Amino acid sequence: MIKNENMRVISQRKIAKTIYELTLEGELVSEMHQPGQFVHVKAGSGFDPLLRRPISISSIMAEEKQFKMIYRAEGRGTQLLSQKNNGESVDVLGPLGNGFPVEAAYGNGGRVLLVGGGIGVPPLFELSKRLSAKGCSVIHVLGFQSKDNVFYEEEFSRLGETYVVTADGSYGGAGFVTDMIKRLEEDFPVIYACGPTLMLRALEAEYGHKKLYLSLEERMGCGIGACFACVCHSAADPDGHSYKKVCSDGPVFRAGEVIL
Amino acid sequence: MNRLATNLPGLQLKNPVMPASGCFGFGREFSGMYDLNKLGAIMIKATTPKPRFGNPTPRVAETSAGMLNAIGLQNPGLSKVMEDELGFLDKYDVPIIANIAGSLVEDYKEVAREISKARNVKALELNISCPNVKEGGIAFGTDPQTAKSVTRAVKEVSQVPVYVKLSPNVTNITEIAKAVEDGGADGLTMINTLLGMRLDIKTGKPVIANGTGGLSGPAIKPVAIRMIHEVSQRVSIPIIGMGGIASAEDVIEFFYAGASAVAVGTANFVDPFVCPKIIEELPLLLEKLGYGHIAECTGRSWKKNAQTAYHRA
Repeated sequence: MIKNENMRVISQRKIAKTIYELTLEGELVSEMHQPGQFVHVKAGSGFDPLLRRPISISSIMAEEKQFKMIYRAEGRGTQLLSQKNNGESVDVLGPLGNGFPVEAAYGNGGRVLLVGGGIGVPPLFELSKRLSAKGCSVIHVLGFQSKDNVFYEEEFSRLGETYVVTADGSYGGAGFVTDMIKRLEEDFPVIYACGPTLMLRALEAEYGHKKLYLSLEERMGCGIGACFACVCHSAADPDGHSYKKVCSDGPVFRAGEVIL
Repeated sequence: MNRLATNLPGLQLKNPVMPASGCFGFGREFSGMYDLNKLGAIMIKATTPKPRFGNPTPRVAETSAGMLNAIGLQNPGLSKVMEDELGFLDKYDVPIIANIAGSLVEDYKEVAREISKARNVKALELNISCPNVKEGGIAFGTDPQTAKSVTRAVKEVSQVPVYVKLSPNVTNITEIAKAVEDGGADGLTMINTLLGMRLDIKTGKPVIANGTGGLSGPAIKPVAIRMIHEVSQRVSIPIIGMGGIASAEDVIEFFYAGASAVAVGTANFVDPFVCPKIIEELPLLLEKLGYGHIAECTGRSWKKNAQTAYHRA
């Protein structure tokens, strides 16, 4: 159930260039059941900035009633958020959306591939934790712009084999995540991905026939499905009027379900 | 004592607070968060004869104390709205105000004729002020003669009272208001969004795909207050006020300007619980301000004898 709560800041740390990890505590955590869901965060208390910011949940610590989110402080809202200190509160609405179907990975044999690009990497962490806990063997391919932007390599490595690529070649492999996946020369029956639309399109073109789940990003208004800001066309009706809302029908879709 | 009960043409309201059209979908999303029976009424998303997908994304952008949107009247079309959405809302004891839109006068008439037959639709909101569609919408709402004739055409076929939603994108809003009153409007709703634009600092191009969008939120409240203040002194039909309302204090200000009820729009996106919160706070605020009933506030900014029984339930 969607709740609104002023949650307490437990910690805030900068983990890469303009990337922050924020840990919050509150009752709302007990509503978080699925990796890949997001929260809608009000960065300031007044009317400016007015709208909430959608940020994906990166880790759920149910027993401590805490969760983590990782975000890029780029605009005014997220910059304000990055200034929140321990003990302060943050206005959170959530959890929102439908996350990754973990059970889709069970009993397929082979390793489960998790592909992340930039600020799309964070929700894969909770997913990887859950897959590992269920005994799935996971492998991560994480793409970043440059060495300065890389985060969570160590955290992911603890859960499974992890490959990092950078677009400018300044760290790890050079190039895109799709280049790295090809180099692995392995058949992955189940793939989960989150990242920029171009990356998701490339994955869909190459691996659309597999069990491929994509988490989309789109500018949002309300985050709950009421404002119709974040719609996309259904793949079955590409030019018609049938649609999916990224916020409430997604953000995770099976490849081929919507037009990217 | 019920300080909030309000009677308007076609509408017996528990309270004069309702979500504004386009900011509440058809109520489903909010029904999981609170009891919709708490609302005075619900203004559902604009309905057109045929389904509409709307504009390309991005469709929204943040502005100082506001937002721009260019959704483009996305809706599932008249028959789906009647079957699925109004059917879903029928289990609630809340009057529905159906916002109707179209490209041609015939479209408005078609939707009005059918949707006004629905059991829970107690009034229509004639949308002649949407700034985000190429045809229809605002084109009907910026010329007094056109506004009057579409109002008259809809009045002829509607089974329920008709409220006309006015655009602020005009030089003389009173002229339009008087024209639709002449055309037989039972009430006014005002204001729709203000046409605006934002450009991306890196690309130099518009931030939303449609180029322009409608500005809403607290930023436009002073414009709405001024226009309601002006229009309410010149027409004798009631006004449902809207434009940046986010608190009980805002509601009182709209009543002072001349509104007899209010709609909450953009604030629903920021706080989905804002409507029930305002409804809960209003009686306490009225008590504090010394009013026995909210109708006493209507037009207080310009009335010599501010006490009025006109809208009292």
